[in-house]
Amino acid sequence: MATTSAVRAQGLFRAYDDFVAVNGIDFDIQVGECFGFLGPNGAGKTTTMRMIYRTSPVGGGTLEIFGRDASGQGADRDLKAMMGVVPQLDNLDQEMTVTENLTVFARFYGMSKKDRQTRVEEMIEFADLVDKRDSLVETLSGGMKRRLMIARGLLGDPKLVILDEPTTGLDPRARQRIWEKLSELRKRNATLILTTHYMEEAERLCDRIAIMDAGEIVALGSPRDLIQAHVSKHVVDIRLGFDGDAKALKPLYGDAKRVEELQDRVLLYVDDAESLIARVAHEFPELDALVRQATLDDVFLKITGRGLDG
Amino acid sequence: MRLPGDIDLGAATSVWWRNVTVYKHTWVKNILPNFFEPLLYLIGMGIGLGYYVGAGIESSDYLAYIGPGLMAAAAMNGAVFEVTYNMFVKMYFARLYDAYVCTPAQIQDVAFGELMWAVTRSLIYGFGCFVVLVGLTFYGYPIITSWTAVFLPVVVIMIGCLFGLIGQLFTASIKTIDLYSYFYTLFVTPLFLFSGIFFPTSRFPYGDEIAWFTPLYHGVRIARAFASGNITTEMWVSCAWIVVVCAVLFALVPRRLKKRTF
Ligand SMILES: Nc1ncnc2c1ncn2[C@@H]1O[C@H](COP(=O)(O)OP(=O)(O)OP(=O)(O)O)[C@@H](O)[C@H]1O
Ligand SMILES: [Mg+2]
Repeated sequence: MATTSAVRAQGLFRAYDDFVAVNGIDFDIQVGECFGFLGPNGAGKTTTMRMIYRTSPVGGGTLEIFGRDASGQGADRDLKAMMGVVPQLDNLDQEMTVTENLTVFARFYGMSKKDRQTRVEEMIEFADLVDKRDSLVETLSGGMKRRLMIARGLLGDPKLVILDEPTTGLDPRARQRIWEKLSELRKRNATLILTTHYMEEAERLCDRIAIMDAGEIVALGSPRDLIQAHVSKHVVDIRLGFDGDAKALKPLYGDAKRVEELQDRVLLYVDDAESLIARVAHEFPELDALVRQATLDDVFLKITGRGLDG
Repeated sequence: MRLPGDIDLGAATSVWWRNVTVYKHTWVKNILPNFFEPLLYLIGMGIGLGYYVGAGIESSDYLAYIGPGLMAAAAMNGAVFEVTYNMFVKMYFARLYDAYVCTPAQIQDVAFGELMWAVTRSLIYGFGCFVVLVGLTFYGYPIITSWTAVFLPVVVIMIGCLFGLIGQLFTASIKTIDLYSYFYTLFVTPLFLFSGIFFPTSRFPYGDEIAWFTPLYHGVRIARAFASGNITTEMWVSCAWIVVVCAVLFALVPRRLKKRTF
């Protein structure tokens, strides 16, 4: 067996002038896997994606895609023919209609006219834009544009799908639809790489996740492994109210494995929530406290030192 | 199919097709100016001013003198606009080229597709002018006086290529859209005035010598030769000049663009 790697990077590096955006990261994404990159704004996710989808040169280290060297630009055409790309920023053609956008882009994949027509119809259906097929892109809502971007990215029936924040700005129904489509692609053994700021999305879709911060991968593993390795099983989440002061809660901190003080809340990470919650109810009856399972949000908070909303 | 410089013709055609698609939305509104502009110049300069240039120039009627040159200028204008403002907007504001290079297309295919479109615009403009010239010839003004005029579309394509590439090189080299005002006022307008369209370049000291190094001069020379059937060695030199300069630019443009889009 030669390799089952879809994308393998070793010491992958990229700097913009003096600024290091990706600082020598290693990862090995398997064929058929869904791999997620998470991390705060500016962590280097998009830069990494762009190196994988061949529109940003590799600054250093090695990058292999389906076993072929991708640190130079020699194999770009062949590699890109296997990829479907949904960039983070909207770059639809505003001067054309929905159908025209898809038809023009389908030409780039060298399909016959008949295949092109069927494929475009399929993707219009998938993007739920049948009513808008003849509307100019500039007249679409933000979410519709996002859906069209995803449809455009999938035109070439890709083996490797790279999505940079695919569902940002989508309503729950559209997001659900995208998730279903991505699961369908995976059933056909496509490899998926995505970035997202939605932890539930990552938890739901990704087999493995790399959390990036300041150009480095600071944690890598399955969502469950990450939760186990970095936070306790349960979280006691205490709301402080308007004039709440975390200081009063200090006596409780000894019972927790880790404490996170947020603006209006205190999070106490514990393995045994029962006794702590009883203690809160007894000593601070005026405060709202609830117990929940630890999630990726908590991992993210711990590792990157900041919440997504804070 | 691959062209020299690793250009994929299929991908380039897709880029060209995009422009055709957008043009189809508005062509009905846009096609008429292609006829009015040359007509107005020919009436205003050729018939109006020409009246006072009774002797004509180089033993030809003034209108017949400027006609072929105006067609060369139309070809230049058709190409230049596509590869200046339009290309800048597509590249930087709409980020369209980023979208293209996420497909199997490479930047050199995109550049070639845009060049094909610039030449198409040259042909549309040039054709408008050609129709007016033929009309005036039938009306009695001796502008097109030889069967060699059937080669004028080739001249238009050559001029379209040349100016398409010049504009692309400029677009690939600038960082702000404001710089185009220099391109137009210090390059395009002087070319229009001093390339021998309205009067011989020898009017000014060293005029011929300087003009020889500028692009439109050669286009005008070839257009005039084919319109009148006066095929000279100088005309073939001008053809060679355009081909050589195009070849050099053809190698430079994708390299420049690659630097800008990465
Ligand atoms: N073209 C560029 N020129 C200079 N610096 C850049 C460029 N693109 C990105 N950067 C810098 O590189 C760093 C990483 O950017 P990148 O877009 O990869 O982040 P990201 O993880 O995708 O962030 P986000 O979640 O906001 O999309 C940032 O500090 C950014 O300012
Ligand atoms: Mg990003």
